Amino acid sequence: MVEVQAVSKSYGLKAVVDNVSVNIEKGKITSFIGPNGAGKSTLLSIISRLLSADTGEVLIDGQKVNETKNRDLAKKIAILKQSNHLSLRLSVRDLVSFGRFPYSQGKLTKEDQVYIDEAIRYMELEDMQDKYLDQLSGGQKQRAFIAMTIAQDTEYILLDEPLNNLDMKHSVQIMKVLRRLADELGKTILIVIHDINFASVYSDYIVALKDGKIEAQGTVNEIITSLTLKQIYGMDMPIKEINNQKICVYFS
Amino acid sequence: MREKSKLIFLLILAGASIAGYMFVELGPNWDYALPRRAEKIAAIVLTGTVIAIATLLFQTVTNNRILTPSIIGLDSLYMLVQTTLVFFLGSTSLTVMNKQINFAISIGFMVVFALILYRLLFRREGQNIYFLLLLGLIFGTFFGSFTSFMQVLIDPNEFQIIQDRMFASFNNIQTEVLIMATILTGATLLYLTKFVKYLDVLSLGKETAINLGVDYDYTVKRLLVIIAILISVATALVGPITFLGLLVVNVAYEMFKTYKHSTLIVASALVSIVALAAGQLLVEHVFTFSTQLSVIINFIGGIYFIYLLLRESRT
Repeated sequence: MVEVQAVSKSYGLKAVVDNVSVNIEKGKITSFIGPNGAGKSTLLSIISRLLSADTGEVLIDGQKVNETKNRDLAKKIAILKQSNHLSLRLSVRDLVSFGRFPYSQGKLTKEDQVYIDEAIRYMELEDMQDKYLDQLSGGQKQRAFIAMTIAQDTEYILLDEPLNNLDMKHSVQIMKVLRRLADELGKTILIVIHDINFASVYSDYIVALKDGKIEAQGTVNEIITSLTLKQIYGMDMPIKEINNQKICVYFS
Repeated sequence: MREKSKLIFLLILAGASIAGYMFVELGPNWDYALPRRAEKIAAIVLTGTVIAIATLLFQTVTNNRILTPSIIGLDSLYMLVQTTLVFFLGSTSLTVMNKQINFAISIGFMVVFALILYRLLFRREGQNIYFLLLLGLIFGTFFGSFTSFMQVLIDPNEFQIIQDRMFASFNNIQTEVLIMATILTGATLLYLTKFVKYLDVLSLGKETAINLGVDYDYTVKRLLVIIAILISVATALVGPITFLGLLVVNVAYEMFKTYKHSTLIVASALVSIVALAAGQLLVEHVFTFSTQLSVIINFIGGIYFIYLLLRESRT
């Protein structure tokens, strides 16, 4: 379980994350939603130790993040941020192999190769695994990076807007893969996501942030209501139920 | 295994350049010429190696392939130290003072400076590495201005002596510090082997490196110190010559098209040795000392860079 305890972080005078406490269930997909600038990405960065909190603690399975060795954390928690432009000449397989670094420290074993193959298969990248990253489209690159995160084989996977640059087909593909990772392998997945319909259809829990504070949290059914969404985004969104899934119609 | 054959090719080329430098037009007094040439070629090999490795490390830490460590003002600091010594102690200090002590002072200042820059960078978290470059650039300009200020004040004869040190020259290598420099470089490179495995990961960027379990601050700090030591070794031996690093590292990247630093380190060092040894051979036997190696390097390097730019813009 990930426990965020009274975490705050400010840049200058502006509190970007303001006294946030939240517990994240194991083996589920939790989506972080909220308007731009609500502090979602910052919170994800703090949980994954890319940033340190000004006050408060983050505990992963009862261990304080800032007191755990970096290399041990890398086997427990993986984070993928939104911007991943590389000037390196790297093939897809090379990139995915980097996911094994916490285990192999650069010397890949047979076991590592198995994980790499599996991650590539999971993201359906087999036929382009020898292509170089600069030959790929934005969406393919994004999938390659997610494959690296999967190869890292961590219990917790944190993704910051993984659907950026992706068309519907690949967005759905990635969300389905995440679903499988959670359901079949019991991974705990935290994502920052903008499209609330993707959050509604594919996640188990939703945490809504606004101005650095938690505005609402709960199961999909609790959060995806016109009333709560109005509180979060300040706009009216009728909600229709289609095939037992709640879809927000926010095109007014 | 094309990588391996390319490395062997480079190794042979480097060996040939060194042998060429040692034995071309040796003349009858070989027992006089040979030890002198050996001393010089040793300095050339050492300088080539440290410049190439320092630049490669710096480019990896900054994730930028067109930077050299000179941007953070390390070689202007070297000039400042030399000028300050002459300013306060007189030009005799450079000639009279023990070269080893001078060398130690220069290296000490450069390492301390790198550490201070580093402190400024990581005092607040989340600072961009470009902040370090900007700070270094400002410091470098400051050192440069301060150096010329002192140079204007001192006796013109003394200025002449400093001027000798301002330009990289392989005709005037400080061979007295060669042994000390070799030992220092050896120790530094040995220490570097501890970090080689992290270099590949660092080139993926800060966030990915942390995600993959690299202690980013710890590693970058040590790499910066290693860079500072390597650069000061090269600068103390022959003078400011960082453009060479930019050139050879990019040639190594172009030749090997890999991200693996274990290969790149060796490759760029070899390219660098070839460039310097063959270049010096040309200077001494074709141009008969009418020009300097640094001029040739800058000339060829400039052309190569225009070629790179043109090729990049076409694709």
